[in-house]
Amino acid sequence: MKQVALEYHRSVGRYLAGRAITGTRLGGRAAGSVAAGLAPLRVVQRPDPTLPASGWTRVRPLLSGICGSDLGLLTGRNSPYLASLVSMPFVPGHEVVGETLDELDGLPRGSRVVLDSVLGCVTRGLTPCASCAAGKHGRCDNITTGHLAPGIQTGYCADTGGGWSRQFVAHRTQLHAVPDELTDEAAVLVEPLACAIHAVRRADVPTDATVLVIGAGTVGLLTVLALRAFTKAGPIMVIAKHARQRERARELGATEVIGSDRALRTLRRKTGGFVVKPEIGEEFLLGGADVSFDCTSGSGLTTATRATKAGGTVVMAGMPNTDVDLTPVWFRELTIVGGYASSGEDFPDAISLAQDAPLGGYVDAVYSLRRWSEAIQHATSAGRLGSMKVVFNPRLD
Amino acid sequence: MSRPGFVLEVDERTPALLMHQGEGFRLEKLPMGSRVIYPPESLPGLRDVDEEIRKALAAPVGRPPLSELLYAGMRLTIVFDDLSLPLPQMQTPDIRQRVIEHVLEAAAAKGVDDVELIAGNALHRRMTPAELKRTVGDRVYRSFFPHHLKNHDAEDKENLKEIGHTRHGEVVEINRRAAESDLIVYVNITLTPMSGGPKSVSVGLASYRSLKHHHNVQTLRNSKSFNDPPNSAMHHSYNRMAALLAENVNVFQIETTVNNDMFPKQMDFLNKREWEWNLKDQAAFLAVRRANELVPPAKRRQIWHRTAAPYGITGVNAGAPEDVHPITLKNVLRQQLTEVNGPSDIGIWGLPYICPYNVNSIMNPILVMSLSLGYLFNMYQNQPIVRPGGVAIFYHPVPNEFHSVHHPSYIDFFEEVLAETTDPVAIETKFEEQFATDPWYIHLYRNSYAYHGVHPLYMWYWGAHALEHLGDVIFVGGDRKTTERMGFRSASTLQDALEMARERVGSSPTITYQHTPPIAMADVR
Ligand SMILES: [Zn+2]
Repeated sequence: MKQVALEYHRSVGRYLAGRAITGTRLGGRAAGSVAAGLAPLRVVQRPDPTLPASGWTRVRPLLSGICGSDLGLLTGRNSPYLASLVSMPFVPGHEVVGETLDELDGLPRGSRVVLDSVLGCVTRGLTPCASCAAGKHGRCDNITTGHLAPGIQTGYCADTGGGWSRQFVAHRTQLHAVPDELTDEAAVLVEPLACAIHAVRRADVPTDATVLVIGAGTVGLLTVLALRAFTKAGPIMVIAKHARQRERARELGATEVIGSDRALRTLRRKTGGFVVKPEIGEEFLLGGADVSFDCTSGSGLTTATRATKAGGTVVMAGMPNTDVDLTPVWFRELTIVGGYASSGEDFPDAISLAQDAPLGGYVDAVYSLRRWSEAIQHATSAGRLGSMKVVFNPRLD
Repeated sequence: MSRPGFVLEVDERTPALLMHQGEGFRLEKLPMGSRVIYPPESLPGLRDVDEEIRKALAAPVGRPPLSELLYAGMRLTIVFDDLSLPLPQMQTPDIRQRVIEHVLEAAAAKGVDDVELIAGNALHRRMTPAELKRTVGDRVYRSFFPHHLKNHDAEDKENLKEIGHTRHGEVVEINRRAAESDLIVYVNITLTPMSGGPKSVSVGLASYRSLKHHHNVQTLRNSKSFNDPPNSAMHHSYNRMAALLAENVNVFQIETTVNNDMFPKQMDFLNKREWEWNLKDQAAFLAVRRANELVPPAKRRQIWHRTAAPYGITGVNAGAPEDVHPITLKNVLRQQLTEVNGPSDIGIWGLPYICPYNVNSIMNPILVMSLSLGYLFNMYQNQPIVRPGGVAIFYHPVPNEFHSVHHPSYIDFFEEVLAETTDPVAIETKFEEQFATDPWYIHLYRNSYAYHGVHPLYMWYWGAHALEHLGDVIFVGGDRKTTERMGFRSASTLQDALEMARERVGSSPTITYQHTPPIAMADVR
C-alpha cells in the first residue's frame, strides 16, 4: 500500500536560502510565506512504513500539530548540531493524536492514543542505557543506533514515518491511551504540555518565586499552565507579543502580561532592581525574576539571561537557535537548565491536566496535508494572526 | 505707558491670530464672536537693576537691612530658584546671578565665610554644571562649585531635617544645611502667582515626605485656581508650613519679577498683538516660520531651548517672605491680569514648546497634560474661562516622545499606569508610593539628571481640577494614540475640534482663546 505523506528532503541550497532570508530582520516578518516557498517539504506517495519489530503498531493520525521546532527545521533556523541526529528522508510530525491499527499488549487495536515521540533504547531494540533505565529516555545516548535509523524522535527518523502523514509506526512504550473525555483538539496538545511540565519540573521553582515566561506561543502558554499546576510559584510574568496571547496567558494564571517592546522596564517595575544600559547591546537588569523560562526559539534566551536576578535560574524550554552572550550567566551566577522532551510521569500528568485546563479553542486552524504550504505560512505567523496551534488533519483531502 | 490687558471680540476685521503649537506656531482664524484674552502689554523694565537690588537689600520689608543680619562666624545659605524658572530662560546675566553677587558682596564685607549655595530644585532633576553656571554666573560658579554650590537632594536622608508638624499634621522637612543656617537668603523669580513667597523654602528645599501633604489630588482639586493663592488649598498648606518655618529658621527672601518680553528681537511679533504687526513683523513671522519648518526636529528643539528671553525686571523686593510676597504678587498681576466677563463654553490655548520641566529637554505627553490642564487652565482668578462641563481645546502635536535621562519614570507612568487608568485618585492610591519609593528612580534622581520617580504623578494631579471641571479635552494636531492613552481626543483642525465639541456645547458655543505666551492670567468675573 502507498500513502500520502509530507516528506522532508534536505537540500543544502534551500536550507541556506531559508536561513539567509528568515535570519534577517526584514525576513522575520515575511518568514511565513518565504519559509513555505522554500521549505524542503514535498507531498509524496510513499509505501506505508513497516513494523520494525514486535511491540510496534501502525498509527493513523487524527490530528498532527505544527511545532516551533518543525518551523525552525523548515526555515533552516535550527542549529546544525541536530543535523546528524536525524535520518533522511523523514516525515515530520511529533505532536500527534491518532488511532492504532494493530493489536498490542494492553492497547487494543483502534485505541485513541497520543504519542511520546522520543525514540530511546527500548524502541530501538537495545538494552536500556542508564538514562532510559532511569525513565529519562529524553536523555538516551543511543538515538543513532539500534534497529531504527538515527532520529531523536518520531518525526525526524526515516524508519518510523511521522505525524504529517496518513500512517506511521510507533512502539507500545511511546503510546498513551487517551480518555474519552479528552477531545482530539485537546489531545494534540498533550505532547507539548508534557514537555512544558518537564521543563517546569527541571527548574525546581521555589515557593513564591517570581517567574518570567518569555514567549506566549504554545510552549509559553503551556508552561504557565504547568507552573500553576505543579509549582507554588508566586507572580508569573509573561512576555507576550500579541493581544490574543496576552488574554490566554491571563486565563492560564499569569499575574502580569508584558508587551515585548519594553519588557525589561516593565519587569523592573514589578520585581524591583535597576535597569542598566550598556553602551553597546541590550539593556539588562540588576534584579529581575527568580526563574525565567525561554519559550521562544529566538531572542528569548538573551532576554532571560538579562532579566534573571543573581543566583537565579534560566530554563531553556524552547529549542534555541541563536547565539547568546553568556556574560550575565557568569556575572550573575545564573543556573542554566535545559528542558528537552519529557520523562517519567510528565505524559500521564499532561493527559490529566489537559482534561481540566481551559484549552478550548487552542486548535483553531486545521489543514489538509495538500495545503501544507498555507499551513506552514499560517503557523509561522500564528501569534500575529491570533492562532495558538495550527494542525494537520491528514484525513482531509 | 504699557496698555492694560484686553479682551478682543473677533469680527470680520480680525486677522488670523497667532497660536503656539509646540515647537512651532500657526495663524488661526477664530469663529466670529470668539473672545481673545491678551495680557497687559509688557511693562517697562527697571532701568538700573543693580541699584534696585541694592535698595531692596538696604531697605527690606519686615526685616532689618541684609547687612545687619550678616556677621563673621555665621552660617549663611543662599538658595535660588532652579531651572524651572523663568520660562523661557532669561538672557544672561540671569537676575539670580545679579542678586547673588550683591548678597555675596555684602557677606564678604561682613567677614562671612561659611556660605553655601543651593538650587531649590525639590524633586526636579538636578541642574547640570553648565546650567548652574548659566544661572549664578561665571564668577560665583568658579568660587563655589562643586563643594559649596549644589543641587538640593530630597533623598539625602542625612541632610534633611524635620522642622516639625503644622497644626494640620503636615510634616515640614527641609534641607539640613539650610535648616541649620543662621540665615537663609532665598533668591527667587516669581513668574506666575503660583510661585514664590511661602512656597520658596517649604517646597524648593523639601523632601517627598513633606511635599505629599500638598502635592496630592485632594489639594489640587481644591485649589481654584492654584494661581490664586487665597483660593488655593495648596497655598493654604504652603502658608502653614511657612509659618512653622518662620518660627524655626530665619529667611531673608529676595523676590524678583519679570515683564512679558518672552521672545527676542527677531521674534518680536510673538510679543505683539497681531493687528499691530508692522511689515517687519509680518516678514519676520514668515521667515521664522519657514526656517522653523525647514530645520530638522532635533536641531529645531535645540534652537528653541537656546532662545533666551530679553526680560525686563519689573521688581526686586526683599524682606520677610510673608511681607515681600504680596508686593511681588501685585507686580505679577500688574503684568499678567486681564479682566474677563464670565466663562464660555469652550476655552482655547496654544501650547508653547516649553513648560517648567522640559528646559533643555523634551516636552513629553505627561508634560503636555500638565502644561495644558495644569498650568494654562489654572491661569485664572474667580472661575475658569470655561464653564463647568465645557470643552478645552489645545494646540500641540503631543508626540510620544520622552527624554530617557530626564524623565525615566514618566515613560513607565505613560506606558503602564495610564494604560490602566487615567483617574487621578486611582493613580494616587495605587501607584504613588511605588513611584515615590522606587530605588532605581531615586538613584537616577540623585546621581543622574532624572526627575524624581513620583514627579509624573504630580504632573497628573496638576490637571486634576481641570479633569473634574471639563466635559471634554481636544488636542488640535495631537497624535491620536498618545492623546487617547491620556483619555483625550485629537482633531486635525479647529473645525474638526469644534465639530467634536458639539455634543457637549451645541452648535453655537461661546469661545474664549487665552492668548499666551506671553503669559495672560484671566480674572473671570
Ligand atoms: Zn537510551
